Order: sequence, then structure tokens, then C-alpha cells
Amino acid sequence: MATMQSLDIKRYSATTTTSPSVRESVEVAKLIDVSRCIGCKACQAACLEWNDLREEVGINVGHYENPHDLTENSWTLMRYSEVEEADGHLEWLIRKDGCMHCDDPGCLKACPAPGAIVQYSNGIVDFVSENCIGCGYCIKGCPFNIPRISQKDRKAYKCTLCSDRVAVGQAPACAKACPTQAISFGTKEDMTHWAEARIADLKERGYENAGLYDPQGVGGTHVMYVLKHADRPEIYANLPKEPKISALVEAWKGWPKPFALAGIGLTALIGFMHYVTNGPNEVDDEDEDQGKRTLGQGDR
Amino acid sequence: MKRPAGTVSRYTPGARANHWLNAIILILLALSGMALFHPALFFLTGLFGGGVWARILHPWMGVALIFTFAGLFIRFCRYNIWSKTDTQWLNRIRDVLAARDENLPEVGRYNAGQKLVFWLMTIGILALFLSGLVMWESQFGDVFSVEQKRIAAVVHATAAVVIIGVWIIHLYAAIWVKGTVRAMTRGTVTGGWAWKHHRKWLREEAAKGNK
Repeated sequence: MATMQSLDIKRYSATTTTSPSVRESVEVAKLIDVSRCIGCKACQAACLEWNDLREEVGINVGHYENPHDLTENSWTLMRYSEVEEADGHLEWLIRKDGCMHCDDPGCLKACPAPGAIVQYSNGIVDFVSENCIGCGYCIKGCPFNIPRISQKDRKAYKCTLCSDRVAVGQAPACAKACPTQAISFGTKEDMTHWAEARIADLKERGYENAGLYDPQGVGGTHVMYVLKHADRPEIYANLPKEPKISALVEAWKGWPKPFALAGIGLTALIGFMHYVTNGPNEVDDEDEDQGKRTLGQGDR
Repeated sequence: MKRPAGTVSRYTPGARANHWLNAIILILLALSGMALFHPALFFLTGLFGGGVWARILHPWMGVALIFTFAGLFIRFCRYNIWSKTDTQWLNRIRDVLAARDENLPEVGRYNAGQKLVFWLMTIGILALFLSGLVMWESQFGDVFSVEQKRIAAVVHATAAVVIIGVWIIHLYAAIWVKGTVRAMTRGTVTGGWAWKHHRKWLREEAAKGNK
């Protein structure tokens, strides 16, 4: 997507100075109530339609998931998990997968191209494709394994949270299309309140571990889930329990970087200082005489 | 090839060409790599035709480097075996830096510093090559796991910083020790240079009749 809002950029990839941020907007969130989802894939269809993308016609391997994974075209995917509980009953769990729009986005942290990934003050993390250089660092940075690189143009793609729609006061296409209102959209505050009511309802119905998935390890997310089994998010197609930016990515992109640069600069400076204080290491006439003599000896 | 009297042959034309080809590729790799290493250096991508071109060219230059460096490795490996004298030399690094050569043991073709540069470059370039393959999204994006790619990224950045540091030392040593650069530009050094810095090597060469 392209940058639709230029005055309220909270983070701008590969940039060490403050981004244009005079305008501040309220934080938004998409709430996915897994307990209300019927797995109809209307959200997937709406996503392709709004973004004007087409998925390849795939093959059936005897599984509901279609396509088999997120792709450069399919920015959202219904993942189906059949979970057999301890008491023997079967839970059919359906989770709409896609970008979580982390408050501390690992993709943005890893990105080396200025402005290829931006985060608006409303919390949406957006890929600005014309600035993308196709290195795939965002894939390494993401704790949720979301971005996909296109085989066609080698740019990275993922859910934009319909930043173009949100910018003009519309809800994301998936939320609009959902027939059971399992996907709702609004301010993060409102969505949190709405989730609380849903969780209370679920608890009343016997799901005592129902809860909100808004992982604090990534500063919270702007896509949240209401889970019936919030104590075990991993049973929902490996939703990470405590996602955070990998320590490897933090080491790679964090404080060691300026230190390494300074170290390189310092090495060069020490060399220069050594030269101007000690002077060059020169060969004198005596050395040359000795050299000639040694070479002469070899002649004999 | 004719050589002025009083000089000693140090590098063949083949070795010189190999070294400079390697040097050019390594510098281009450092520039394109630094461009993606820190935002402040992203402008360096301009030297390669922009960010996308830097991303495309960098790994291919890495592949080229493996071949040029393999050439250097095969040529110079046998001269870089560590010996006891090297440890003594390294222990007197203060004398080295103050150019008090009289306190140093007689040095063969390479001193301990040069040998360290050789081995650090070897290990570093190997680490960069292998980790670079894992990071190479367009060729091996589907082969390696995300976690493997993360490890590779850390290894790649670390090895690159070490190698750039080693390269600065290598370059500075050549500038500081006068009479060195001609070994790689003309192939010869003066007898006096060899006497001062690589006396044992000079004796060996003189015995062989290299003059």
C-alpha cells in the first residue's frame, strides 16, 4: 500500500530521526471473536476483492484451509484446527490469521529500507511497496510469520488493516463482510470493552479460560482475538503464547549496531592517529645496504 | 620478467591480479552491505543503482568473492602457518607499533599480524558466505526456517564488522610500512625493505637466487 496519511506517522523504518507526527489519531483495533466465527471465508474473499488481488487456483489436500498458507495475494487466511480435549470431546477451532499490527513491530525494526514500513499513530503497520527493496528482513523480524515475498515483483506483502479504508473512516473489508460479526473494528479502547463483555458471556457459558489475546510482549496488538481457551493460544493453529521480537533480531537491529559502526570508525581513527604521532615506518640507507649485501651473498 | 637490481620478487602478476580483483569485490560488498547495515549509510545504495539493485547485486558479488578468495587462500595458505616466532612477535606488539624492529624476532615471508589478517579474513569470509546463503531470500527463501535466517543475520552482521575492522588494519599497515604497496602493484620490494621487515624471508630468497 501507499502512505495515505503523512502527518501521523509514529514509526518510519530505517530512520533514526522523528517521523512526521504532528497529527495524532486515536488507536484502532480489529477484534476477532473466534467463538463467533463460522469459518465461511467471507473475510478472505472480501480481502482479495477490496485489494483487487487474485489467488491462484490451488489443489485440495483434504483440508479446509485454502490456500495452504498466507501468500503475497492472500493477506488473511482461515486456519482450522481440530483439537481433541482431555475429556474426549472435539473442538473445531477456526482462527483468521494475518498481520497482528503489533505496537512494537518486528518487521519495521528489521527493515533496512527507509520508509518501506511505516506505523501510523492509529497503530496500523503498513508496507509501502515502492520503498521495499525485497530483502526479506521483515520476515526475520516478524514474531508471527506473516509477511510473504512475491515471486513476481519480489516485494513483501501483508494485511494493511485496510489503511486506505480506515483513512476515510471505513472499517476493514473483512470486518464489513463478516456475516456473524465475529470481526469488529473500532478504537482499541472500545474493542477492549467489547471483548470484555464477550469474555464475560463466554465464561458464563462454561469457558472459564476465555480471554483477550492482546500480547504485551509486542506492546499489544491492533488485531486482537477473543479466545475461548486464552490460556492455550497455541491450540489455535500455533498462535504464539508469548510473542515477542526474537532476541536475535534485537541483537541484530538493536544497540550493538551503532556500537559496531563506532568501532569501525574508531579503528580507522586510531590508525590515522598512530600515523600522525609515530610517523611512517621507513626503510633507511643502512637497511638497503644490508639488503643488497644479503642478496649479493645469494649469488655466490 | 626483468627486475631492477637490489629488488626481490614478492608477488607474481597472477597473485597481484587475484588480490586486486578480490579487493575490488570486497570493497563493493562492504559498501553495499553497509548500506543495508545502518540507516545512516543507506545512501550508499545509490552507488549500485538504488536499494533494490544493492539487494540484488550484493549476494552475487559474494559468490564472486568466494572464488577470488579461494584463489588467494590456495596461493598464500602455506606461508601463513603459525609458528613459535609468531607468538613472540605478537607478544612484542608494542615494539611493532613503535617501529622498534631491533627488538623483534626475524620474520619470514609474513609476520604474525599478516597471518592473523589472513586467517581472520578466511574465517570471516567463510562465515559471511554461509550465513549469506541462508539470508538470500530470492534464492533460498524457502529452504531455511525463519529462526535459521535470524541466526544467519546476526552471524553475517558480526562477521562483516570484524572483517571491515581487519581490512582497515590491513590497509593501514600497507600505508604505514613504506615500500609495502609496491609489492602488490609492481610485484617487487627493495632488498632494504625485505631486510628490515622480513629478514628470514630475504635470506631464504637470496639463497634461492631471487633478486
